[in-house]
Amino acid sequence: MGIEIKNVKKVFPIKNSNIEVLKDVDLSIADGEIISIVGGSGCGKSTLLRIISGLDFATKGEVVIDGKTVDGSTKKDIGVVFQEPRLFPWSTVEKNIEFGITDKLTKEEKKKKVKYYIDLVGLTGFEKALPHQLSGGMQQRVNIARSLINEPKALLLDEPFGALDAFTKINLQNEVLKIWEKQKTTLIIVTHDIDEAIYMGNRVVVMSSKPGVVKKVIPVELPRKRNRTGTDFAYIRRKVYSEFFEETEELAEYVI
Amino acid sequence: MKEDSKFKEYSGSFLLAIWIPAILVVLWAIGTNSGALNNSIFPTPQRLFSSWKEMILSGKYLNHVLSSFGRVFKGFFIGSLLGITTGTIIGLFAGAKKSTVALIGMLRPIPAIALIPLFILSLGIGETSKVAVITLGSFWPILINTIAGLSTTDPKLLEVGTIFDKSKREVLFRIIFPSAAPYIFTGLRLGVSSSWTCVVAAEMIAASSGIGYLISYGREMAQPATLFIGVFSMGIFGLIIELLVINLQKKAIYWVPNAK
Repeated sequence: MGIEIKNVKKVFPIKNSNIEVLKDVDLSIADGEIISIVGGSGCGKSTLLRIISGLDFATKGEVVIDGKTVDGSTKKDIGVVFQEPRLFPWSTVEKNIEFGITDKLTKEEKKKKVKYYIDLVGLTGFEKALPHQLSGGMQQRVNIARSLINEPKALLLDEPFGALDAFTKINLQNEVLKIWEKQKTTLIIVTHDIDEAIYMGNRVVVMSSKPGVVKKVIPVELPRKRNRTGTDFAYIRRKVYSEFFEETEELAEYVI
Repeated sequence: MKEDSKFKEYSGSFLLAIWIPAILVVLWAIGTNSGALNNSIFPTPQRLFSSWKEMILSGKYLNHVLSSFGRVFKGFFIGSLLGITTGTIIGLFAGAKKSTVALIGMLRPIPAIALIPLFILSLGIGETSKVAVITLGSFWPILINTIAGLSTTDPKLLEVGTIFDKSKREVLFRIIFPSAAPYIFTGLRLGVSSSWTCVVAAEMIAASSGIGYLISYGREMAQPATLFIGVFSMGIFGLIIELLVINLQKKAIYWVPNAK
């Protein structure tokens, strides 16, 4: 599913002034591509994701998905993994994941599918657990499974692993990549973790704040599965870091 | 071992809950038997319990209790049905909320008890007027809490419904109603206790049976024991109802840890 972001501008009226959150964002994402968007907080990266998903509107410009302009009505073939788990506290793990199914399926088919995705995110045995009985990482896995079960053609992930510990994070990154390899889902991952951006993305989009603009698009031409400790990886990491810290150059030497 | 420690825990908290009432009963016994408290107003515990026992054995007591409970049940049932349905409509539709906000604001501060004379005049002295008072008394807290519950659904959860392209009906039953359930239950709890207050008040004004009737009868006939049987019954049954509702609430909104 190809996604065209054309001159998107977003203005939030706050009190008497208008804050420009996104300014002339232009980005073309190919079908089956993985795009990482990195930027500090307040650069409008989450807002951009909300506009692509149809949860929010652009003040100017448009997002075109497979030739159709996003007009606020969401489509079921675009999945969103929210930053927070957003689970229903009254539903079991099973029921929460099942909520993600939008196709008309029989009870048996649903059950089978739910079981498959529970296994996939490693929550076997917790089918009947309620969200408050799970750790934060487990809740986030339910959130991801709920989006994956719908088999969306494009999946938008808003800092999906931000609240997880390093090990769970790496596991889930690999899970998402595995699914991508199988289903060739177009992925847009918003993150503030530069390593994650490079590990996941075919391209890394660096955004800067106030107003949020695309500062640079850095291609990551490394074969998968990528080695986070390799020299090529380090080279790209340095490139991304330099994009970030040229604004405040005195920081650069401390970071790398 | 585990059973044993649980038993100890329960009996421990029971003892803690009971020691202050026990001291009060002892003080009451000393006060009334020594003559410090006027026996024509405050009966001795012995006198109270023997009258109570007599009333229970004759079957009269059960009749009074059942007629109060029957009224509470009818009034509360109608009140909660009306409260939840009206509250749902007002909570879901902004237009309905805007058109009723002034009306609700004006009518709600009027205590149901203040309307007993009006109900008697319009509905007669029979059962209908009493049930109407209870209905009204339970209606308000249930209505207000249902509205609050339905209009405060977490927008983040509603977005989940939007993203997965769910129908309005599914969003209502899988997101909005469950989110509102704890509020609705708070309303039901307040409604039950308000029903209980209303039934006793209505029976004190015009009735020939019920716990409220016992109180006014005791006063008229200068039978302090009867009056106190009524007063204590109110407390005891009020507590029992409260415990039942809390228990039900814990089961119904199982996902709220430490639901009280």
